[in-house]
Amino acid sequence: MKVIATDQNGVRHELEAIEGWRIMEILRDYGLPIKAECGGCCCCATCHVYVDEKWIPKLYPPKPEEEDLLADAVDTKPNSRLSCQLLMSAELDGIEVTLAESARP
Amino acid sequence: MEGKDNHTTDVIIIGAGPVGLFAVFELGLLDLKATLVDILDKPGGQCAELYPEKPIYDIPALPTVTGQELTDRLMEQIKPFDPTFHLGQMVESLAREGDVWKLTTDEGVELRAPVIVIAAGGGSFTPKKPPIAGIEAYEGKSVFYAVRKMETFRDKHLVIAGGGDSALDWSLNLQPIVKKLTLIHRRDDWRAAPDSVRRMKELVAAGKMELVIGNITGIKGDNGQVEAITTDKGDLVCDRFLAFYGLTMKLGPVANFGLNLHENLISVDTEKFQTSEAGVFAIGDICHYPGKLKLILSGFHEGALMAQEAFRICRPNQKLRFQYTTSSSDLQKKLGVA
Repeated sequence: MKVIATDQNGVRHELEAIEGWRIMEILRDYGLPIKAECGGCCCCATCHVYVDEKWIPKLYPPKPEEEDLLADAVDTKPNSRLSCQLLMSAELDGIEVTLAESARP
Repeated sequence: MEGKDNHTTDVIIIGAGPVGLFAVFELGLLDLKATLVDILDKPGGQCAELYPEKPIYDIPALPTVTGQELTDRLMEQIKPFDPTFHLGQMVESLAREGDVWKLTTDEGVELRAPVIVIAAGGGSFTPKKPPIAGIEAYEGKSVFYAVRKMETFRDKHLVIAGGGDSALDWSLNLQPIVKKLTLIHRRDDWRAAPDSVRRMKELVAAGKMELVIGNITGIKGDNGQVEAITTDKGDLVCDRFLAFYGLTMKLGPVANFGLNLHENLISVDTEKFQTSEAGVFAIGDICHYPGKLKLILSGFHEGALMAQEAFRICRPNQKLRFQYTTSSSDLQKKLGVA
């Protein structure tokens, strides 16, 4: 199971993912530059990623708390998500995400 | 100048999160007095600010405890040692002054102690900027992210943005002294004490303030002076703007203390948790050593070892005796249980 992550410098990383893990935790586990300061509580927006459009229909839609936090981030786009709210599953094998500048530690 | 809050103590702890609080206990068992400084207006650090209601599952012997409960229990545990708190203040500088360290806060308070403990977690909490293009030009002049002096807002046309406790509390506190108040929030859904929401709505119903449910699109003004906040519900004319978009953590002035750093963390040894400066220690999430884990329980351990060396520095002529709380009547007396 893989997550394809592009960091803020445009470098592409192919990460081995584990079912049930939050994508934020996978990014952090590989030492990618992601702040994730609240540790997955959905109460900051420092694990902000852009999800490649073709994967969006496979994701659970964001909860209101996530939408609020993204609305307050400086570099939000229509495909923005908080990676702590994305749980890996077989369906998401190969998901492509790009780390937002505002997630840089 | 000797202000009323200035004082000298044994140990000054920067950061009143769980690790800073438990350090008070370990120092207290060795008869060392502690003073804590924290930028938040309450103890608990991230536990109280970021996740007061989220359960933590990896505190030994507490199968589940929320961030706030952990804070409350630690406050109860350190009560016998009666620590001094300087809350709502940021440490600005640290300097050597003879045998002691002098620490100065942004409120001008000067604290002196032979031992400094940095337990600042992810750094100091600072307000998040709202995502409004060009807002920097207004910051500190007519746009603020915190209230330092209420007088700044007297007789002003004020717009407050946000839906949390800060936005609600300051709406209620400033409403009586401003000329006109408008609160804007994205949805009619509040992350604030229900009582504050009720009181705000009463003021709105009584025509004493305005509530706009909408989205901010920009800011208008000239030379740092805001003239209006633009929204999808029209322009909100104002001459002061207060935005409460939550807090984020930054290392802050600790980075300028001249200590050896490792990627924004403070390097320490694993015997005493001392930094590159003798008498300055770092414990908890902010310290770094090979194998470091950012766990609350690791911070507790680091605090216990730090306290041994702090004793040697503060009481050079006394012998350090290691005792257990289960058997030592001396420790039990200090804890008020003997």
